[in-house]
Amino acid sequence: MTVLTLKNFNKLSDEIKKKNKNYNKLITLCAGTGCCASGCLSVLESLNKELKKKKLTGKIKIRTTGCHGFCEQGPLMVIEPGNIFYCHITPGDIPEIISESLEKNKIVERSLYVDPSTGKKIAREKDIPFYKAQDRSILSQNKLVDPCDINDYIADGGYSALVKVLASMEPEEVIEEVKKSGLRGRGGGGFLTARKWESCRKAEGRPKYVICNADEGDPGAYMDRSVLEGNPHVVIEGMLIAAFAIGAEHGAIYVRNEYPLAVKHSRIAIGQAEKLGLLGKNILGAGLSFDIRIARGGGAFVCGESSALMASLEGRVGEPRPKDTHTTEKGFEEMPTNLNNVETLANVPSIMNKGAAWFSKKGTKTSKGTKIFALTGQVKNTGLIEVPMGTTMREIIYDIGGGPSNGRGIKAVQIGGPSGGCLPEKLFNLPVDFEVLTEFGAMVGSGGMVVMDESTCMVDVAKYFLKFLLDESCGKCVSCRIGLSRMLEIITDISEGRGTHQKLELLKDTAQTVSLASLCALGKTAPNPALTTINYFENEYRAHIDKKKCPAGVCRDLIHYSISEKKCKACGLCLKACPHGAILNGQKRRPLKIDQEKCHKCGICKEVCEFEAVTVS
Amino acid sequence: MKAKTLDKILEKRANSRYELIEVLQDVQHSYNYLPEEVLREVSERLDTPLIEVFRVANFYKAFTLKPRGKHLLTVCMGTACHVKGAPRFLDEVLGQLNIKPGETTEDGEFTVETVNCLGACALSPVVILDGTYHKHMTPAKLRALIQKTSDKSGKKAKKK
Repeated sequence: MTVLTLKNFNKLSDEIKKKNKNYNKLITLCAGTGCCASGCLSVLESLNKELKKKKLTGKIKIRTTGCHGFCEQGPLMVIEPGNIFYCHITPGDIPEIISESLEKNKIVERSLYVDPSTGKKIAREKDIPFYKAQDRSILSQNKLVDPCDINDYIADGGYSALVKVLASMEPEEVIEEVKKSGLRGRGGGGFLTARKWESCRKAEGRPKYVICNADEGDPGAYMDRSVLEGNPHVVIEGMLIAAFAIGAEHGAIYVRNEYPLAVKHSRIAIGQAEKLGLLGKNILGAGLSFDIRIARGGGAFVCGESSALMASLEGRVGEPRPKDTHTTEKGFEEMPTNLNNVETLANVPSIMNKGAAWFSKKGTKTSKGTKIFALTGQVKNTGLIEVPMGTTMREIIYDIGGGPSNGRGIKAVQIGGPSGGCLPEKLFNLPVDFEVLTEFGAMVGSGGMVVMDESTCMVDVAKYFLKFLLDESCGKCVSCRIGLSRMLEIITDISEGRGTHQKLELLKDTAQTVSLASLCALGKTAPNPALTTINYFENEYRAHIDKKKCPAGVCRDLIHYSISEKKCKACGLCLKACPHGAILNGQKRRPLKIDQEKCHKCGICKEVCEFEAVTVS
Repeated sequence: MKAKTLDKILEKRANSRYELIEVLQDVQHSYNYLPEEVLREVSERLDTPLIEVFRVANFYKAFTLKPRGKHLLTVCMGTACHVKGAPRFLDEVLGQLNIKPGETTEDGEFTVETVNCLGACALSPVVILDGTYHKHMTPAKLRALIQKTSDKSGKKAKKK
């Protein structure tokens, strides 16, 4: 393998592009975590077997890629030319797809996507509403590269931004360009990226570090996972450009151990980049030296916070420290350290290639560019989406997400994870923008958007987040450790029918103290989920406190399950399904009954009943 | 035998205390948990006080100091899974296996753990059984999955 230099880079990338043109058909198979869980690997096996049988191996290129975003419909396949999109593919579909779609250029109707709103089949990927309404400048790259093949990335124009930067720019110019673009951190805080780079560049001390934060602990968000799994080189290129701008020598990717595929792909990518001379000493012969190591996290949410992450990188427990001195000045090993999130870094190569103006023309006044959101919960089309900042939540939930998944009305969206909040339907016309969402008690955060319908109890959601945060609190600050447990106690009281209005006031008071007296963002923003639910869904709290009822039928102490004698056909499904043996089997063919003593109120019987005989009140 | 595994884990590492978490990850991968004698050895080899090794092992959720069962079932409790009824599955699993999260069944077959998000939210509710993701779970599917796994295990044991 030739080592790349600034001079031979273009020649080599042209050669790779030429090689790729030798194929006249390309099958792109999504092999992200979602599609793998849906069985795409057996589809791949069957694909290879069938091509071999038909002696087509070598004529048709199969590219296994990272996440395409539409995880709900997996396993996914796109055939080019033609942009034909097949979904929910099984190994059994492969022979027909090859003989019809590849050999005869016909469309296999039964594997096409069906639009749930119109019931019509759609053949081309770009015509599917889920994709049509998006602006996928980062996510679209996933489809073009095999994450384990650096050649794919180079053929798609990869590392050309690095070449441009090293050949023709000064570090200050790079920072200036990022500043002009208005790029802000995609990990939660929304801090200006260029300002971070600048202060790290100015800080004294050597060596300096560039760290990629892939410790995506927010429940409900998985964009960093998909970018790192699907296109690790774009992150590496972003880190290299940051390293050049800052003057850093070493780098690390701090990634969750729960993301094995992301760990594997970034390892392979680093190895390939090292071999080509894109990482290591004297990169591209231009004098920059930079290496990257992978550090796996230990499953602690608080390690997404910069100083805790750095403590963890040093092999210690992840406890944040006061930030009177920023980590850009004293971070890892007490040296200047720049920490950027995966998605932030993935934006950098495009900004360098296409210019700051290309990036900043999208978005709002203070929030520029596009942002990836994980759209999940009770919505038809779940998956990863990318839209310009400033898009309204209504557009995201209804146009891209296709509205509610099971006919029940959507009542809220939880945005920003445990630091964010629940916004009610009446605020869905708000644009996604760092400042606007914060003003209304939520935040962009890392971009998790969990849609909730009438079957979700907002008191229960608040309780869920408090439990989560208490579980993840490192315990260093008393306010966070003790405050959160008091808040959880109060909300548990409310959800179990012991709530009073005084307790609710105490909850609000405690929330304020936790927020004011905690050191890091985990504690500071911890009350958000609880406070937004109290603000926007006061009626639900009232029902729990005054009427001792849970309108959504979720809080177990306030509900009870029963079987309607009229509707029960005594089929026995619930009898088999109940994990606690709480269904009483009396006489044969007579309606069943629930033993309230044994009933855990899990609702499994209601879910399995085919006659809607189980009711909750 | 245990010393040899640790040798292998430490082979390509800088053997500094910075590597502690990485080393513990690998140890857990090899032994399925963190055995005390290995932790003592790690403490010596990385020149890190034993108390610090235990502190790290206790702090991070990924580590367990108790041996796990033959099969590891991880139930995702992330927001998307919660909204779609994850607590119900936990009920199902726990009712069926008669254990609490973090515990192992008496016969050593199953360990059930919860995780705060697996990052597979579009497939919610999700569980992982021995590294394989299972999407859109329902209590019935989960019940069948556990049954199938323990049946297979039983057959293997009989053959032996």
